[in-house]
Amino acid sequence: MFHQIEGSLAVAKAVALCRPEVVSCYPITPQTHIVEAVSALVKSGELSPCEFVNVESEFAAMSLLIGASAAGARTYTATSSQGLLFMAEALFNASGLGLPIVMTDGNRAIGAPINIWNDHSDTMSMRDCGWIQLHAESNQEAIDLHIQAYKLAEQLSIPVMVCVDGFILTHAYEKVDLPTQKQVDDFLPPYEPVQVLDVNDPVTIGAMVGPEAYTEVRYLLHHKHTCAIELIEQIGMDFNSQFGRPSGGLITSYRTEGAETVIVALGSVNGTIQETVDELRDDGVKIGSIKITSFRPFPLAALRDALQHAKRVIVVEKYLAPGLGGILASNIRMALRGLNTKVGTIVAGLGGRAILKNSLREAVALAICDELEEPYFLDMNWDLIRGEIDRAGQTRRSGPTAEHVLRALRQSTANPETPLVPVAR
Amino acid sequence: MATDTVKFYQTGTFTVGNRLLDGKLRTIQSLPQRPNSLDSGHRACQGCGEALGARYAVDAAYRASGGKLMVVNATGCLEVFSTPYPESSWQVPWIHSLFGNAPAVASGVAAAMKAKGKPHTRVVAQGGDGGTVDIGFGCLSGMFERNDDVLYICYDNEAYMNTGVQRSGSTPPAARTATTQAVGPHPGNNFRQGKNLPRIAIAHGIPYVATASVADLHDLEAKVTAAMEVHGARYLHIQVPCPLGWGADPSHTIRLARLSIECGLFPVFEARDGAVTSVRKIRNRVAVDEYLKLQKRFAHLFGKNADQEALRSIQAIADNNIAFYNLLEASE
Amino acid sequence: MFQIRIHGRGGQGVVTAAEVLSIAAFMEGREAQAFPSFGSERMGAPVMAFCRIDDKPIRSREPVSNPDALIVQDPTLLVNAGLFAGISPEGFVLINTERPPKSLELPALANLPGVHVETVAAGEIARRNIGRPVPNLALLGGLIAETGILRLESLKQAIGQKFPGKMGSANAAAAEEAYNVVLGARQPVA
Repeated sequence: MFHQIEGSLAVAKAVALCRPEVVSCYPITPQTHIVEAVSALVKSGELSPCEFVNVESEFAAMSLLIGASAAGARTYTATSSQGLLFMAEALFNASGLGLPIVMTDGNRAIGAPINIWNDHSDTMSMRDCGWIQLHAESNQEAIDLHIQAYKLAEQLSIPVMVCVDGFILTHAYEKVDLPTQKQVDDFLPPYEPVQVLDVNDPVTIGAMVGPEAYTEVRYLLHHKHTCAIELIEQIGMDFNSQFGRPSGGLITSYRTEGAETVIVALGSVNGTIQETVDELRDDGVKIGSIKITSFRPFPLAALRDALQHAKRVIVVEKYLAPGLGGILASNIRMALRGLNTKVGTIVAGLGGRAILKNSLREAVALAICDELEEPYFLDMNWDLIRGEIDRAGQTRRSGPTAEHVLRALRQSTANPETPLVPVAR
Repeated sequence: MATDTVKFYQTGTFTVGNRLLDGKLRTIQSLPQRPNSLDSGHRACQGCGEALGARYAVDAAYRASGGKLMVVNATGCLEVFSTPYPESSWQVPWIHSLFGNAPAVASGVAAAMKAKGKPHTRVVAQGGDGGTVDIGFGCLSGMFERNDDVLYICYDNEAYMNTGVQRSGSTPPAARTATTQAVGPHPGNNFRQGKNLPRIAIAHGIPYVATASVADLHDLEAKVTAAMEVHGARYLHIQVPCPLGWGADPSHTIRLARLSIECGLFPVFEARDGAVTSVRKIRNRVAVDEYLKLQKRFAHLFGKNADQEALRSIQAIADNNIAFYNLLEASE
Repeated sequence: MFQIRIHGRGGQGVVTAAEVLSIAAFMEGREAQAFPSFGSERMGAPVMAFCRIDDKPIRSREPVSNPDALIVQDPTLLVNAGLFAGISPEGFVLINTERPPKSLELPALANLPGVHVETVAAGEIARRNIGRPVPNLALLGGLIAETGILRLESLKQAIGQKFPGKMGSANAAAAEEAYNVVLGARQPVA
């Protein structure tokens, strides 16, 4: 049934349909609306049986679910940014122990400097924690991926995080189709654990493993990711046949037939990218785009297959790895090794900076002329950077960087004609 | 706890072999059909107080829950010596997650049991002083604050023993550890530091808090049993001497535990809903020196350059405890 | 596609206005997207919200930089000439003020003679209907009168869904009143 609701509420309702039995909650912008909505559903009795626990930190939030999941319960929590980092140790523990926890991450930048807006630095920083990472392009996909996530997690005994762009999706009202309880029950049977704390059949979980076996145990986690490559596609197809819409899967191509240039990205920016592709196609540019849904496991074969005829790949990523550049781009280059494809990196949207269609068009034009810097920073204010490097270089005690950059920015935008909404530089 | 007065003529210990007691008063451990939740074959050091305490405590919890017990363990000595890959000494469902999250993991197990309509399955969380007083403190306080139905047991050997004897928030003043070495003008651990977890637990107002010792194993079992009769957040703090870390003779473990009580440095008491309800009186008071001089971690306080000031300060701590908890019989 | 940008200050219901507009469009079977743009979150800080309405699925996620309609909930924001940046040359502007459009000094619009400007004393209308001068939903009524983008009935239903009970009906009444004011005062479209 269709609803016009906020993304967070859509996710909460989808999760409730999956019947989690234990939910832990710790608030952090911009995911808080999700756990608030779930708390209301539990309190009213609509989601039952379910224990909703307000914990004292994100580390506790994940730890509580580790215990609950090990005891055989279907579990859920949500976090973002600093919260994801605060539970970092527990993330590795959960995947290492093979517990099928499902979590939403409302993608948000990581400080310092503190920033509440969207980018992918949080989940990117945890890309190797062993969790499956799926990215939603829209709130509809956010709903669908959570439902698929439980099936995926429980079949493989591995935790799954569904990444939903903070504010851009979490706080956006759009039309979504929420399935019925029966539809979800038919798709998602009750959780049957592979390992469980059971007084009638005691097991020891969490032993130390030394050099004699650690490698093998770690490989088996990697092996689960390999199995996930196939399973993600299968679950996407099953979802399509049961719910009547294509959803999930590893990657989705848009107008890539005959495309010489392909733009690749994760998450909600794909909507803007598709608009850009349409405009450029109207101008005769042979261009298409690919949305990567599964970032971990990384779909090496599927991407290679989809990109093998492209001359040029432009990766738009909401992350900057200090000292290196683009991570999504490097992962994609790995998929294309041995081929002559040019791969360019556009770093965009950091800390919530809007990604503008016109700016993307400009960047694509540069790429097509082989004039795109590597990496290319979309709508970067180079004056601000040069100014700060100069200023800080003049004296030892030059003070905090962020505050000085902000001050310089305020001074430079003191012009009242400056639009309040960003426009392409 | 039921008591029975037995006259006997053994020397020095104030403990009584179970054979002298009525069947009803014998410890669970003395029974041939004891649960052996923590079974033999673990790799604890000779004289390990923690292995002794855990064996008594978990079996008592197992008995009290009718065999429906889940155990959550923090990283530490107990976890390491009880699960040497590929073996495990645990005969109950047992999970080890991380160092700092045992209370939260246990809260999760309890929540799962509630959601699944299994209220009779009980949960025990356990950890050393490091995992309880320091790195697990946030999670522990959260568990207390929510009154989650978990019995948390802290085995306090007063330092991070498994990693090589480093100072924790439970290390007593003047004690030598690898990070509070016996050198310089103030050798050993600092004075005026440290957390009193039992008092902090009481301050949370939880239904049951108690301290116990491996010097009085009947009392320890009784307290676990009493704790299991209650639902909600419960805390048991057991002092467990560590021969290796304390620099003591492995055969002195129980003697040290007793001296710690008798000199007043380790008060033994029970508290419910925010107030102390009973204390174990000191029977044969001794000066702190009697306790300290048996441990090499305090050796720098004695001998040629005896640190009388430090000894006086430690004695003052014992005196304060005795006064605060009223640990002496009225006649003294 | 029809794009609306709403300007106001924190606490004036700017975000809610965009959401309700999107619900109204949804009720008419159209596609709609509404989302906020926060600066530092505090009462009184300038806030923007965006709404897109279309008949095909909306994919763009960038802020509305070329609004077809622009609502200014707080006239104290008018000093900022960047407020109107990007407005469509034939766009619609609705300002919450008792002053008639001709009396307003809007230098940013001086070179855009095709832009329609209407005003409505939405704060006062709100105060009379709902008891507090929160103008956001009343202004939507004015917007609909000015642009014809949606039906008044849809707006009232959307308000009722978002705010059940007395609060909903009072706000719907405020929206209708503002609608009638703007309809009556509307400059003929050249």
